[in-house]
Amino acid sequence: MNDIKIENLNLYYGNNHALKDVNLSIPKNEITAFIGPSGCGKSTLLRTLNRMNDLIEDCKISGSVIINDEDIYTSSVDINLLRKKVGMVFQKPNPFPMSIFDNVAFGPKTHGIKNKKQLFEIVERSLRQAAIWDEVKENLNKSALSLSGGQQQRLCIARALAVDPEILLMDEPTSALDPISTNKIEELITQLKEKYTIIIVTHNMQQAVRISDNTAFFLLGEIIEYGKTEKIFAVPNDKRTEDYITGRFG
Amino acid sequence: MIKKNSHFDLLSFSLRLLTRSAIIITTMILLFIIGYIFINGISHMKPSLFAFEYNSINVSLFPAMINTITMTALALLVAAPFGISTAIYLVEYANKQNKLVDIIRLTTETLSGIPSIVYGLFGYLFFLTFIGWKYSILAGALTLAIMILPLIIRTTEEALIAIPIEYRQGSYGLGAGRLRTIFKIVLPSAISGILSGIILSIGRIVGETAALIFTAGTVAQIPSNLLSSGRTLAVHMYALYNEGLYVNESYATAVILLIVVIAINALSTFIAKRFKKG
Repeated sequence: MNDIKIENLNLYYGNNHALKDVNLSIPKNEITAFIGPSGCGKSTLLRTLNRMNDLIEDCKISGSVIINDEDIYTSSVDINLLRKKVGMVFQKPNPFPMSIFDNVAFGPKTHGIKNKKQLFEIVERSLRQAAIWDEVKENLNKSALSLSGGQQQRLCIARALAVDPEILLMDEPTSALDPISTNKIEELITQLKEKYTIIIVTHNMQQAVRISDNTAFFLLGEIIEYGKTEKIFAVPNDKRTEDYITGRFG
Repeated sequence: MIKKNSHFDLLSFSLRLLTRSAIIITTMILLFIIGYIFINGISHMKPSLFAFEYNSINVSLFPAMINTITMTALALLVAAPFGISTAIYLVEYANKQNKLVDIIRLTTETLSGIPSIVYGLFGYLFFLTFIGWKYSILAGALTLAIMILPLIIRTTEEALIAIPIEYRQGSYGLGAGRLRTIFKIVLPSAISGILSGIILSIGRIVGETAALIFTAGTVAQIPSNLLSSGRTLAVHMYALYNEGLYVNESYATAVILLIVVIAINALSTFIAKRFKKG
């Protein structure tokens, strides 16, 4: 079953044609990796899925992105509800400058949950899901900025999970982290796919091999090849994919 | 071998000498001014200076103190909401290519460079001549509000720009709208920067004389309402010194003025810290 369907998507930043005729179907409850050299459009495509590109002034989009049978680029879509359904974790851990508890509770509060007991349950459940509960349960009132980089990133994952999304977008979530933290987050991502559809942008091809079920290879705003990860990395169809994954460029 | 260069380096020596002496001279001047005022002022501080009424025999500074507080509160009450809202519009809402933004920036930059006496003259011509008020606390406060508006806009704008874009993205990414992002994420993070702009503004209000002499007048009593005249501490000081009869009391007023400014600074640092924790 397909969860996300991208059809004839074109995106321009001013005169720069950043995504060219992208067509892609992303299956539910699997991990899909976007790989490719810098500036190939993989992060841009990720950001069209929760309309984060709306924040960029001269960004124009045509085509359609269908999530659960609904085109998210029609005018009747509530962007805030879309972003609740399609959560996002960023490249640099970006906890808010407030307590650990408040960071996780911010999302649910935004969507109208006020009951203290209910909020606490959500915070605990999300922190457990993000495998950071045991490390922070004693100091939920401590500033989130006092955590290490890896902990901050898991906190950001917990924060994204707290609004109960269906899809989780991750934009190079481990590129700013050390190998041990990276390992923890990769483990976490593989556990999370039981409940969530995960799309991850990565620079690290080993990471794509380790955790993803499907891989899309991007070059200059186009999808060159898309398929099962084992297949792409073992017997790529396209010469350019082969050159990239064997490290000949990029 | 890495050997220490033994020959005497004249350039780095003289640079060191220059920076050190600059620090010492600056600190000395500051300490001298404060010390001078305190020595001359404290000996003339007597309880009668804090009498409720001012008269020509006992030049009480109490009314001026109350007027200073009223003036500061009124001016901030008008300027802070306008200034902070303008800065929020400029940073969070306005399209970056918008011509209006450039005009607002140019205006605030120009306004912040104008001498206060020009604001005083404007206040006099507009509030007193055109509208027809008398010399009054209200006319003075509104003139000062216009004077500090550019300062509040600029400092708030800079405080907002300094907030990392990642905070905003994080908030939008969770489905929070623009209003919630601004009020719950951006403003709380920027509060200490915004407060430091407010402190600077308070400093300007408390120290202002020229603009107030034209608009609020120099009556040394607590006015019965906002449309009557009243002098602030700085104006009080100026008047006493000018009349030449109570120079010592003028020094005592300067001490109080200094203490008020130091207290305001300490208070706002305290508030900023409290906000940061929360």
